[in-house]
Amino acid sequence: MDQRSNKLLKLLEKDCTLTPAQLAAMCDTTEEDIALRVQSLKDEGVILGYKALINWEKTAIEAVEALIEVKITPQRDKGFDRIAERIYQYEEVESCYLMSGGYDVTVIITGRTLREVALFVSEKLSTIDGVTSTATHFILKKYKQQNVVFEQREEQRERLIFS
Amino acid sequence: MIDYNSVISQRVQDIKPSGIRKFFDILETMTDAISLGVGEPDFQTPWHIRDAGIYSLEKGFTKYTSNAGMTDVRREICNYLSRRFDLHYDMNSQVLVTVGGSEAIDLAIRCITNPGDEILIPEPSFVCYGPIASLASGVPVPIRLVADNEFRLSPEQLEAAITPRTKALVLPYPSNPTGGIMEREDLEKLVPILKQHGIIVLSDEIYAELTYGQHHVSMANIPEMYDQTIVVNGMSKCYSMTGWRLGYVCGPGELIAQMTKIHQYAIMSAPTTSQYAAVEALKNGDEDIEAMKEEYDGRRRYLVNGLRKLGLSCFEPKGAFYVFPSIQSTGLSSEEFCERLLVEQKVACIAGNAFGESGEGFVRMCYAASMQNLEEALRRIGLFLDSLKK
Repeated sequence: MDQRSNKLLKLLEKDCTLTPAQLAAMCDTTEEDIALRVQSLKDEGVILGYKALINWEKTAIEAVEALIEVKITPQRDKGFDRIAERIYQYEEVESCYLMSGGYDVTVIITGRTLREVALFVSEKLSTIDGVTSTATHFILKKYKQQNVVFEQREEQRERLIFS
Repeated sequence: MIDYNSVISQRVQDIKPSGIRKFFDILETMTDAISLGVGEPDFQTPWHIRDAGIYSLEKGFTKYTSNAGMTDVRREICNYLSRRFDLHYDMNSQVLVTVGGSEAIDLAIRCITNPGDEILIPEPSFVCYGPIASLASGVPVPIRLVADNEFRLSPEQLEAAITPRTKALVLPYPSNPTGGIMEREDLEKLVPILKQHGIIVLSDEIYAELTYGQHHVSMANIPEMYDQTIVVNGMSKCYSMTGWRLGYVCGPGELIAQMTKIHQYAIMSAPTTSQYAAVEALKNGDEDIEAMKEEYDGRRRYLVNGLRKLGLSCFEPKGAFYVFPSIQSTGLSSEEFCERLLVEQKVACIAGNAFGESGEGFVRMCYAASMQNLEEALRRIGLFLDSLKK
């Protein structure tokens, strides 16, 4: 991958709503070139998707998120991958990471209520063969996610208009 | 009733207020105007730098520092200049920490100017040099730069401006407002003339880090000019620290010692909190500079491209964060263009003649603004240009 594609990725990671025309100007190339690059980055599985970052607390929609520490007995030949796959296939699982340190897999899940999340853990997650223990931590408040601060505490003072 | 006109010094009365703020009153009444009129970064000062300032306050470091600035700041300035620009100064005798680059410019000009000494000022350029030279009893001599030469200073223009009274040349590159730069070969062409006439160079390098596609070269990088060059720089533009008011001046020890004298009486010492923040910035801020520069570069290309598509001719600015398109094709003066664009489409930019007469026919637009604002500004400028054609 060349420098221009790296630049394109950085720009998209920050703001995927930039138009092809804007991206072309910013990367000093043509819109056609941008389209080709984006397509091939998608084909290569480098660009996986585009999503909006939403603060659900400001909506009427109830959502509960939890981070679950999962300990697993690895399987011969397959290591952790086979069991991780059994976990991440659930739609409730938003993220799933293999970890170093005190436990093996981090699972982040979203549900409508505390009860829904608790039921998922007790009935689905902890009953998977190879899962030896779980510890559920509910997320109480989000301060920052993917580099975006949820509630700007800083006084966003207007700059002087001319200076 | 006191007649204040008889109280106020003639020299001060003769100074005109900065043209940058001309349309401030109109703009104050608008709520949905987009400003491309600013002259400062739109990033927050990086947190680790702010944190260092806060920490110093918590520890109670709120006293004066030594006149020249804290040892740590001077050491880090020297390390930084050597690391990033191959400029080498002795921290004990060749560096003075100032209240922004502005004070550094003031000190440098005051330090070398005798009554009637001429200070050469290439224009269009930042608004402060002329008034500061006048206040120091010097005579500002503008050199009119041209767009055809990307607003570089040519040896012919320099030669033509020199008289027996010429004392110094201000070299304000990368340039506010044009975005023009001087490359090494451009500087080298000036050297024989500057040497022959013994002219001191005041190199205002506040935008040095914001040079795109190449590396900034200082007049002080040219060995035979090192002893004849005063370098001004500061934290404002590269670390987004405008409000901290911290700059510095480097140069021959003999000159720095005299500037330190003026600074000692007029200022005492640069703000202590800002000095602590500066140590952190200079030590650990290289990555912040690169990240901001990359952002600016994208916006720069976008704005230049957009203006050209709208039919405004615009040379590629290789430094600072300004674009300086020509608006001569519209038949309007710079001020008419800016006033009408503001009133009719609510986009604020600055008339080129605010930066010297040779800026007439141009406007300064700053791309230290969000992509959304740049996009909307371009749309409105397009509407404005269309309305002129009807």
